[in-house]
Amino acid sequence: MTDTTTMSAKELLGFYQEELYEEARQAKIEGKLVCWSASVAPSEFCVAMDVAMIYPETHAAGIGARKGALDVLEVADEKGYNVDTCSYARVNLGYMELLKQEALTGITPEKLEKSPAARIPLPDFVITCNNICNTLLKWYENLAVELNIPCIIIDVPFNHTMPIPQYAKDYIAEQFKEAITQLEEICGKKFDYDKFLKVQEQTQRSVAQWNRIASLSSHKPSPLNGFDLFNYMALIVCARSKDYAEITFKKFADELEENLNKGIFAFKGNEQKRVTWEGIAVWPHLGHTFKGLKNLGNIMTGSAYPGLWNLTYTPGDMSSMAESYTRIYINTCLDNKVKVLSDVISGGKCDGVIYHQNRSCKLMSFLNVETADMLQKENHLPYVSFDGDQTDPRNFSPAQFDTRIQALDEMMKQNKEGVSNE
Amino acid sequence: MFTMGIDIGSSSSKVVILEDGVKIIAGEVIQIGTGSTGPKRVLDEALSKAGLKLQDMAKIIATGYGRSSVEEAHKQISEISCQAKGVFFLVPSVKLIIDIGGQDVKAIKLDSKGGVKQFFMNDKCAAGTGRFLDVMSRVLEVNLDEMAEYDARATEPATVSSTCTVFAESEVISQLSNGVAKENIIAGVHQSVASKACGLAYRCGVEEDIVMCGGVAKDLGVVRAISKELKKPVIVAPNPQITAALGAAIFAFEEVMAAVIFAFEEVRGANK
Repeated sequence: MTDTTTMSAKELLGFYQEELYEEARQAKIEGKLVCWSASVAPSEFCVAMDVAMIYPETHAAGIGARKGALDVLEVADEKGYNVDTCSYARVNLGYMELLKQEALTGITPEKLEKSPAARIPLPDFVITCNNICNTLLKWYENLAVELNIPCIIIDVPFNHTMPIPQYAKDYIAEQFKEAITQLEEICGKKFDYDKFLKVQEQTQRSVAQWNRIASLSSHKPSPLNGFDLFNYMALIVCARSKDYAEITFKKFADELEENLNKGIFAFKGNEQKRVTWEGIAVWPHLGHTFKGLKNLGNIMTGSAYPGLWNLTYTPGDMSSMAESYTRIYINTCLDNKVKVLSDVISGGKCDGVIYHQNRSCKLMSFLNVETADMLQKENHLPYVSFDGDQTDPRNFSPAQFDTRIQALDEMMKQNKEGVSNE
Repeated sequence: MFTMGIDIGSSSSKVVILEDGVKIIAGEVIQIGTGSTGPKRVLDEALSKAGLKLQDMAKIIATGYGRSSVEEAHKQISEISCQAKGVFFLVPSVKLIIDIGGQDVKAIKLDSKGGVKQFFMNDKCAAGTGRFLDVMSRVLEVNLDEMAEYDARATEPATVSSTCTVFAESEVISQLSNGVAKENIIAGVHQSVASKACGLAYRCGVEEDIVMCGGVAKDLGVVRAISKELKKPVIVAPNPQITAALGAAIFAFEEVMAAVIFAFEEVRGANK
């Protein structure tokens, strides 16, 4: 067994990511069940039933970051998926198609062979939840139809008003019960409620450490580079119900706190301005977007996206768990979205905001114009938006991004120097 | 003291040489942009016109799409800030700039001191840009500099899509084949450009004075269409293609002066 106690947080992140994929591959070999899950679908049920989990969104992000998206996007194109469909979905549906061809013919397609992504096994069933978008319903239904496997759907209504009404929480708690019943049938065994409680408690410990990291960006200068949250996010998605996430996040938070105490900051002495990044990362151009900001001395200290996994609830209380899985800010009304983002901007002590007009994520992008307008009336901070995509590299133009962030930088500088009196 | 602003766009290269931050002694344009011989040629032309050498420049600032490839420049500033600086210098009453270049459409809102208050740009799409007009000019077999005259003779402007250059091109082809007069099609093309730019202007908040710059500002048909859409007069910046280069040259002058003042204060402080 590998000794993880001496590993740095970065090493732990790499180790556990690979460990999760290896566990899934091993489970498949041993005839155990493998499930593909939406990123913010409750993980607690499957983990309590010892099902090996794969998270296609994280896997797709990894393919994008390793510059392997175009090959699998082409497979999805050939299957007839429209380019306006979410690129996480297209990458995953393309990848699934390659895995399926391999399973049916015994021959590994060239694109699969060449793919820089971690190899994952095909699922025995899928679980999805529409608390972050409705594309996830059709995407997972398609996976289930293509592979002729069961699909568990946890339906979470959109919160048109806040606070979340009790009837919505009751409805979602009933959805959870139905999911448990389906899971018992798929797994062929009774649901283990004692283990489930322990998994819920583990999830809370992971979330607490995740929030501990995120809170460190409130320090000025910041010991945390917000782009690191995009990388560590892999474990809050894929391992929050295991101790892998807790161990890694605790280590990272400890390292950051130690740095803070020693006066070591993410940008050394070069933190000049602080920005909020609204939206998902541009995975195929992660380096370009990060370096573009860093070269201007702009550190990202605010992002509402990692907060999607602030799934704090009381273990043992299904209604409380239901609330945590429905209050995700993109599943709530515009006023609440603005409030969440406003807190992120002020918490990160930001000087400006960057909105990613993500061609893939309509839910996160379509409200940006109105959100930006409302927030600027409130905080008077400059903002820019740029066209991009989470995993389709064709929808992002580096030069257009550079011009916008340089102009934002100049506007923030103007504000800081008090050149403008308005 | 001489300072220089170099604006390398996607389809043209511009240089302004400024004397003492106020006098334009050269403002040259070459209609090819980044990656071509344009930047070098326009630089040589401007120096030759001013009778100066590169070493005579106290500071050089580059802007535009190709700003980072200008080796002669000491610094790069975005074209948004440079447009604001240049246009404010020429028209101090400006509140809103509409800048249409080769591949960008921008609306820039200014504060009363000429600083950038807010700006919006086109997304990853060529509709409404100079390239869009280039494509239409080719299809219609009408030179860009003749389009305003055709527009002025229009009796019933045709409808041309403002959402996509490729769709708009096929619409124009089908209108031509249906016998629609070029004058009316061109007026429709201008309206299409105007609707794209005005969409951005509305987001900024329309406030007079409105100044138009960029290469497309030379097409008075577009200026008329924007003015009609906004229901307000639109001023065309003098020599509208060089305003960003002018802004860069002013920034260069201000930075040299700031450095001089800083050095002076240092010396004075040391002598106290």
